[in-house]
Amino acid sequence: MKKTKWLISPVVLWLSLFLILPMAIVVVISFLGRDEFGNLVIQFSLDNYARFFDSLYLGIYWDTIALSVLTTLICVLISYPLAYYIANAGPTRQKIWLLFITVPFWINFLIRTYAWVLLLRSQGVVNSFLMDIGIIDEPLKMLYTKGAVLLGMVYTFIPYMVLPIYVSLEQMDRKLLEAASDLGASRWRAFWHITLPQTKSGMMTGSVLVFVSTAGMYVVTDILGGSKSTMLSNIIQTQFLGARDWPFGAALSVIFAITSLVLIYLFNMALRSRHERSKEGRA
Amino acid sequence: MPMIQLMNIEKHFAGQTVVHPLSLTIREGEFLTLLGPSGCGKTTILRMIAGFEQPTVGEIFLDGKDVTELPANKRDLNLVFQHYALFPHMTVEQNIQFGLKMKKIDAAEQKERIGEAIRLTQLTPLAKRYPHQLSGGQQQRVAIARAIANKPRVLLLDEPLGALDLQLRKNLQAELKQLQRSLGITFVYVTHDQEEAMMMSDRIVIMNNGKIEQIGTPKEIYNRPQTLFAATFIGENNVFHEAERMFAIRPEKLKAVRDREQKAKRKGIIQDIVYLGNVHKLMVHLNDEQTTVSICLDFTDEDEWQIGQHIGVDWFDADEVNIGL
Repeated sequence: MKKTKWLISPVVLWLSLFLILPMAIVVVISFLGRDEFGNLVIQFSLDNYARFFDSLYLGIYWDTIALSVLTTLICVLISYPLAYYIANAGPTRQKIWLLFITVPFWINFLIRTYAWVLLLRSQGVVNSFLMDIGIIDEPLKMLYTKGAVLLGMVYTFIPYMVLPIYVSLEQMDRKLLEAASDLGASRWRAFWHITLPQTKSGMMTGSVLVFVSTAGMYVVTDILGGSKSTMLSNIIQTQFLGARDWPFGAALSVIFAITSLVLIYLFNMALRSRHERSKEGRA
Repeated sequence: MPMIQLMNIEKHFAGQTVVHPLSLTIREGEFLTLLGPSGCGKTTILRMIAGFEQPTVGEIFLDGKDVTELPANKRDLNLVFQHYALFPHMTVEQNIQFGLKMKKIDAAEQKERIGEAIRLTQLTPLAKRYPHQLSGGQQQRVAIARAIANKPRVLLLDEPLGALDLQLRKNLQAELKQLQRSLGITFVYVTHDQEEAMMMSDRIVIMNNGKIEQIGTPKEIYNRPQTLFAATFIGENNVFHEAERMFAIRPEKLKAVRDREQKAKRKGIIQDIVYLGNVHKLMVHLNDEQTTVSICLDFTDEDEWQIGQHIGVDWFDADEVNIGL
């Protein structure tokens, strides 16, 4: 027993050093003050938290949550059919599709995002094409809109949704579908009553990954959203790097971390069936 | 009254013939077993009856209606899967209810049928459990309850006891047989276990290499095997070759006689003596044929046999069962 405890000490050390300690530092800083040069002042204050309740920040906060939820939903809606198709394709086709989905990871993320600028801007590929074939007379305003940010987010995070759903579909026992059919279920009802509940865990994993990543992403907003769309993570970044107001940035970070945890918890509760809870009760 | 008729069906997978042309009639209310080694095509036949496979050639009739093209969910029969295929996210009750819900049976009758299926399979205390909370034997019962709640005309069972240990299997064999009698519906049972087939079936279809070797009652098959495969697959048998024919004699029909009695049909040397409690067995190597035969002696046999002893092997002509050339 003692020996096995000793074996996990590297993990504990790693977690303490790289996760718990930095988090603790952020929490501590969020209660400190700063002088006019941006240096930290050792004191205890709740001012940084109070500042958050300014309507400006609250608005951005809700925008961030809304955009993250919307991104997650769109990712689920696009990824599920795609993952379903891949999981049901032949082995060779499966490999090719999975390759397509992972290839973007090999290319620098900034380059991929700037590529969207080339596509979306006024003289960009999409607008030129639409004008050439005469569908529109004036270029559409696509870049630097909320829509562009949403598009960028969905594009960036879709693999995080497709892969977990694909895995859960792959792991599902196909005999269950035969059993459903044997018991009189049409293909659609078998999907609804068997496949969907059986792959909820994949959707759950994917959703948490996409939601958290979207909420924390500021590069896409910077590049595709321009100055008008700002997310909480952009403000946090500005507080730490531009405004040199670490305590306020830290307070926003803490608020957003707590928000994420609460939302993920609620989401899990909503999606989780009695069956999964019964499993945990036993473990 | 035929319940299921397979008319000249044939099944090919990727250019290979897994079921050679065959016809089979299954009667209403009988317990019919498809018996054979793995890969003999028995499961494929069951899956064709269930509707998960289409015969490459031929037709399937269920209760007089051609169901060859009918998808599985429209056929009035149910399958008990080899590894049960219970829905993991549903309780025992919900699993049983599934088929009734799919058939849009009204709530009151659903409840009644679930209750009945649960009672028949003795699952009452487990109704609210999930499959992962059940033992193998209990899961097996749920699979049967889920199928019979639909009141199918035919119940198909694909090695339903294969994953259970021997003792449990024996108990469930008796229970299944009992259940079939009380429900009075047709059972089509697939197994590779000849003892199981002998114990439960009204009729057995012995299959080998995608072909039917013999169809008959357990007694017919044991006493009058028609092919070498049927003779040796069910029970122990001794096969003799004579100029123009081949015949089999069961060990209990062979007699061991002392060498000095010259009238014995064959002679040999005792190679081994096996005690099995109620019977003794002599393994005798024949002098003129390169085979070893096994002879059952009952407990009344008082002779003292010894390994290496020369003896005669004799039998009645009537006990010879011709199994071809």
